[in-house]
Amino acid sequence: MRLPAVAWLAAALCIVAAAMIYAKVAWVGLPLKPDATSAVWTVEARASFYAQGNVKARLALPSNPPGFEVLDEDFVVRDFGLAEELDGGQRYALLSARRVAGPQALYYRLSVNPDDTPGSAREAFPGYPKVPDYPELFQPAIDTLLKDVRGRSADIASFARQLILRLNTSSDPAVQLLRDEATTPEARARQVVDILAGARIPARVVHGLELRHGVLEGRLKPWLEVHNEQQWLAFNPETGDMGRPENFLVWQVRPGRLLTVENGESADLRFSVRRAEPRAVDLARQLDSPLAKLSLLGLPLHVQNVYTVLLMVPFGALLVVLLRNVVGIRTFGTFMPVLIALAFRETELLWGCVLFTGVVAVGLALRFWLEHLKLLLVPRLAAVLVLVILLMLLLSIASHRMGFERGLSVALFPMVILAMTIERMSIVWEEHGPQDAIVQGLGSLAVAATAFIVMSQPLLQHVVSLFPEVLLILLAATLLLGRYTGYRLSEYWRFRSVWMGKG
Amino acid sequence: MRWPWQQLREAGIVGMNARNGHYIARYNERRLYPLVDDKLQTKRLAVEAGISVPELYGTLYTEHDVRALEGLLAPHPNFVIKPAHGAGGEGIVVVRGRQGQDYLRASGAPITLGALSHHVSNILSGMFSLGGLPDQAMIEYCVDFDPVFAPITHHGVPDIRTLVFRGVPVCAMVRLPTRESDGKANLHQGAVGAGIDLHSGRTVGGVHHNYPVSHHPDTGAVLADFPIPHWPRLLELAARCYELAPLGYLGVDVVLDRRYGPLVLELNARPGLSIQLANGRGIGPVLQRVAALPQIPEDPLDRIRITVPDFDAARAAAEAPGAQVDAELAREFYF
Repeated sequence: MRLPAVAWLAAALCIVAAAMIYAKVAWVGLPLKPDATSAVWTVEARASFYAQGNVKARLALPSNPPGFEVLDEDFVVRDFGLAEELDGGQRYALLSARRVAGPQALYYRLSVNPDDTPGSAREAFPGYPKVPDYPELFQPAIDTLLKDVRGRSADIASFARQLILRLNTSSDPAVQLLRDEATTPEARARQVVDILAGARIPARVVHGLELRHGVLEGRLKPWLEVHNEQQWLAFNPETGDMGRPENFLVWQVRPGRLLTVENGESADLRFSVRRAEPRAVDLARQLDSPLAKLSLLGLPLHVQNVYTVLLMVPFGALLVVLLRNVVGIRTFGTFMPVLIALAFRETELLWGCVLFTGVVAVGLALRFWLEHLKLLLVPRLAAVLVLVILLMLLLSIASHRMGFERGLSVALFPMVILAMTIERMSIVWEEHGPQDAIVQGLGSLAVAATAFIVMSQPLLQHVVSLFPEVLLILLAATLLLGRYTGYRLSEYWRFRSVWMGKG
Repeated sequence: MRWPWQQLREAGIVGMNARNGHYIARYNERRLYPLVDDKLQTKRLAVEAGISVPELYGTLYTEHDVRALEGLLAPHPNFVIKPAHGAGGEGIVVVRGRQGQDYLRASGAPITLGALSHHVSNILSGMFSLGGLPDQAMIEYCVDFDPVFAPITHHGVPDIRTLVFRGVPVCAMVRLPTRESDGKANLHQGAVGAGIDLHSGRTVGGVHHNYPVSHHPDTGAVLADFPIPHWPRLLELAARCYELAPLGYLGVDVVLDRRYGPLVLELNARPGLSIQLANGRGIGPVLQRVAALPQIPEDPLDRIRITVPDFDAARAAAEAPGAQVDAELAREFYF
């Protein structure tokens, strides 16, 4: 039998992809499976500002972060001169350039390896702090607090822990007054440092980055450290628990701004984080092999993170093809479920489904109410869009009020898609009845959830970021499915009268 | 034990993927779609080709035209408003008569001029058109349907869908509105489909919601063995539509009017698959047989003879003097 051209094309694509993967595994040594035991974290700080004239920028850098071994660091600063300075245990990069104008972006990249061996070296003692002059309003509260805590603690560590606990849980109105004074985690930590100084215990607020794979716009988190005359002990400024969060990279130990720019405006600093294979990182460092260049490794970190998401979209698309043409699930819009699945990445599955259903259900109710106003199509669509955005805002405000931060991520839903979904659902509802509308709505949600599950497989993410040619195999599968003319699963049900009862 | 797919294949059932891949993609040229998707164009072509269609009273193109609606409707007690690019029977409003200032819909519910105007505006803004593109609203003759189908229908206008492959009628069914379908002849909305034997023009049982039924769910009348009047003319009309829009895989929807006989209501470039269930057999074998023909005759009657060899005899019988009386008798019998 002669094979159709599409089969040859698909076979050719598969062979090319397989050959490339084989070459990368066999000759370059890229791992096919993610290595769970050892990992290298790559952190990229991107400083951007708008320069006017002779620019001097000062960027705080981590030095010997506890719990990590620094493997490598480098700068991409183009025309800027680079110098380093050490100021009271804090390392800074000084970047300067003459007569520059326009937007600038400077990159600092750091590779670290988790290192659990505790630092044995004695850390420099900063000296006992001076007792600060507290405002009159707080003086009595702080005095009793310190007296209380002193009676209940044996050493500096338990003192700090007790202080944080009492400060955060005591129902004493004077302590509550103190508590209301500091509302952000940052202010909380500073307040504890301030009160500890009253007992002449040296403490500091450090800032660090929680390393999570795929972070695009990471922010530093404040943490508390207390010196016990031997070394710095870390405390959670909210709960008083000792130790640091998992994968917490201490970046800044001195107070002050992370990035200061002279003659530059709208300075901004963003962190991207990726977890990588040790071997892949070796490779990225060499990058001599032209084969290795055909992966994400050569790109800046934040671009790599964006592509990790983008490269998963074809898997979602293939899934939609399968579910629609082979299974026969009906959805609103062809690739709407994939976009919803992308939004689920931030909201997580369960809450994503709840938020999606909530927004669509309320939007649908509002849309039916709009029907009475007899609006024309495009203004009505625009009105639904405005309502959807307001609805999302309301949900975010309500969930934030209730201290439920997951609800904030509703803002990541593709609102135009939501508005179109509501409009189409309401038309199907009116023309074909609620049953059809709900079946298609649930179908869309089911496809989105499945696409999310597929797209968040770590193995797939790993494979596709090291071997983007896997997408050629995906393309081949899509081409073959494009020629699938067999029955859909749903058609066995539709035509059940033909085969049931005859078997 | 034979697998379901073996049984479906043996029954000749064509699935959605096969329809799209083997027939629509291969035999329907995309550039011809506008001919059938735009009902205004279909109507113009049909009139030129001498194929009978419901008369067009007027067309509304812009929001400004909507003001002229009342004047346009004044001379016509009955009319239908439909979008020129509508799909699946969406956006069609049937008016039969007046009640004071208001119009009466086919269901008997009154509808004001304002509501009609808003509906026309919705049509113009593309609410019912494929892809939401701006559309035109057509106002046309409301078919005064032949009461022959009264015993096996509930309100609404039954229509006869004929599947024409490469110009050859291969399969037909009559779509009977039910209470559930709200007078619409759309199987998805709950109408009953009854297959038609191409030779005899008699119905062969029916399907409701993809399941075989022998009686109409509302009237309780037997669906099988019902003679379709003007059957040979109807077949001819369907076959001739291939000249009008040379789409290889074409659905032709015909209604029977009391005065004008069979009228072509619309053409469909993506006809559905339920016609197989209505006929109790798959269309795969007959499609393959017609697809294998090296050449298709130019004469519509010759094309009909491919699937209905005794067509001439049937036509002679239908045109014989006593035939209409037979039809009358059949009608009496069913009333």
